[in-house]
Amino acid sequence: MNWLETLRTGVNGVRSHRMRSSLTVLGILIGIAGVIIAVGLGEGASSQVTSEINALGSNVLTVTPGSSTSTTGIREALGSASTLTMADVSALQSRVDAPDIKAVAPITSDDEVLTAGSETATTSVQGTTTSWLAVRGRTLAEGRFLDNQDVKDHTAVGVLGATTASELFTRGDPVGQTVDVDGVPVTIVGVLTSTGASSSSSSTTSDPDDTLIIPISTGAERIFGGTSRNSVSSIAIQSESAGDLTGAYQEADHLLLQLHGITTASDADFTITSEASLIAADTSVDHTLTILLGGIAAVSLIVGGIGVMNIMLVSVTERIREIGLRKALGATPRVIRRQFLVEASVLGILGGILGVVAGILGVLYLPGLIGDPMTTSATAAVGALAIALAIGVLFGVYPASRAAALAPIDALRSE
Amino acid sequence: MITQPTGTPMVEVARDNVIELERVTKVYRTGSISVAALRGVSLTIKEGEYVAIIGPSGSGKSTLMHILGCLDVPSSGRYHLAGEDVSHMSETALAEVRNRSIGFVFQQFNLLSSLTAWQNVELPLTYAGVARSERKERAMEALARVGLAGRVNHRPGELSGGQQQRVAVARALVTEPDLILADEPTGNLDSKSAADVMRLMGDLYENGRTIVLITHDSDVAGAAGRVVGIRDGLLSERDESHLESQSIR
Repeated sequence: MNWLETLRTGVNGVRSHRMRSSLTVLGILIGIAGVIIAVGLGEGASSQVTSEINALGSNVLTVTPGSSTSTTGIREALGSASTLTMADVSALQSRVDAPDIKAVAPITSDDEVLTAGSETATTSVQGTTTSWLAVRGRTLAEGRFLDNQDVKDHTAVGVLGATTASELFTRGDPVGQTVDVDGVPVTIVGVLTSTGASSSSSSTTSDPDDTLIIPISTGAERIFGGTSRNSVSSIAIQSESAGDLTGAYQEADHLLLQLHGITTASDADFTITSEASLIAADTSVDHTLTILLGGIAAVSLIVGGIGVMNIMLVSVTERIREIGLRKALGATPRVIRRQFLVEASVLGILGGILGVVAGILGVLYLPGLIGDPMTTSATAAVGALAIALAIGVLFGVYPASRAAALAPIDALRSE
Repeated sequence: MITQPTGTPMVEVARDNVIELERVTKVYRTGSISVAALRGVSLTIKEGEYVAIIGPSGSGKSTLMHILGCLDVPSSGRYHLAGEDVSHMSETALAEVRNRSIGFVFQQFNLLSSLTAWQNVELPLTYAGVARSERKERAMEALARVGLAGRVNHRPGELSGGQQQRVAVARALVTEPDLILADEPTGNLDSKSAADVMRLMGDLYENGRTIVLITHDSDVAGAAGRVVGIRDGLLSERDESHLESQSIR
């Protein structure tokens, strides 16, 4: 009896026990769909992180005020000191003292309520200079960015992030409109291109698309007020290339220590971090999540496999007369074993195919419900199918061998 | 294993003998207790004979049927089926012998309920490796032979008991076996259907088939040309007019 005949017999066996077969298939379906959705969630999260890293640029350092060694106890809390000033910014811009530094952007920021007509939004208002666009690796969707004249004249102009723009101006072009920021009317001159990284993913970075960029001078003089006009919240530094990042780090560290009159590096009143390193930590969290979800899905697959085995064992017991008859009519043990193996495999493959379909549908439609991005992965789909087939075969071997080993007289005798 | 075309004897001497049992015993062991179901049975059945084996339950008749049908092997003694020694064959070899040389008719019909009549009939041909188109053709012929040409696409559940048993007879015929082995073929039938099936068996005998009928019913056994009794694991020839039969003990 060739494989085609065996396949036909096996498919017939599955078809003639519809209810039982479909329940078994359902078990595998859930397992496979679970694997695809779990992998989709995990990969979706990490690809989002990757796009954030790309958006930030791998050649960017951020200097923030405060201590890098808070464990010494006597120091002020991290970030609380206003130790960074515009003088630091000018020093870092020196091509002589810091040849590896390409551009420097000082940033002052605060959360403010923006009002445009009847729409309001609370967003991070960042005061900076013209170099911010290049340092952050951002582009404009429309209008223009801040220019040197704006910074010099403390002009009340601003550039909106894509998310903020769509929140405040549901209809019409934001460019040329006025946004009220803490009582100051700010004219919108441009809108940034969306980075594509959504808000929910990462705890270490705020949404780069939800922001208002204004000249640093305007912020200090007219909006933020309070603290010293020369102090900045942070300084973003762009190195000449990704390979010069270490050099830029050393130059910035050296310059700032010198300017602040600190002799011991461990007493530094500022911290220099690479943005990418923050996200790397986030990525490893996502990685753990993927493993966890994958583990749960794998367990459900094993449960599905045990379901196949259970059903096949029931099937062997229930069809003991059929097996006896087939043997009496000339089926060799090998043929019987193949028949039951094929039946188990058909259940596995059927569950696998339906599971892949359900999983892909889940990946397509679930993000709309739960808000997390997901990625369809061909590798996951093909892998899941292979696993489903392997489960069918693996968990079918024992029941099939039991069927093959039945003595024809015992099988025929049973009522 | 030496394979040979259906019905061609391997040994010249055994040309006419479909069945040769020599001092066959069968002992069942369950734990420390052994039960001898057959206690030295010798029986020769020639080609074209119609033999009934009659005995009450517990006489060893089922065990004899299993051994004759190559469903089980003897504990000792020899069994030649169509000239081939099957006493010590492996399970796989026995399956091939059953497929090639024996057509079974069971009391319970033993049709597969998910298959149509013709699909049930073609089943032994599938295991013999016969091509699909030829299988269907031969199954249809066999069904026509038992008078069920109009019922080929019915499933067992849609057929009467008598019709189901005729499908089973067609299945036994379809491989052109050396031996048709019928185990209480009328046990589950009403008297009219039983008479139909027995008439069918008679027709097959007329056409030269070798038939062994196992029953407890002497009326059914009466249809056969030769009746062999079995009691307590031993055979006894009932009809002394069969001078050529060699009943021992």
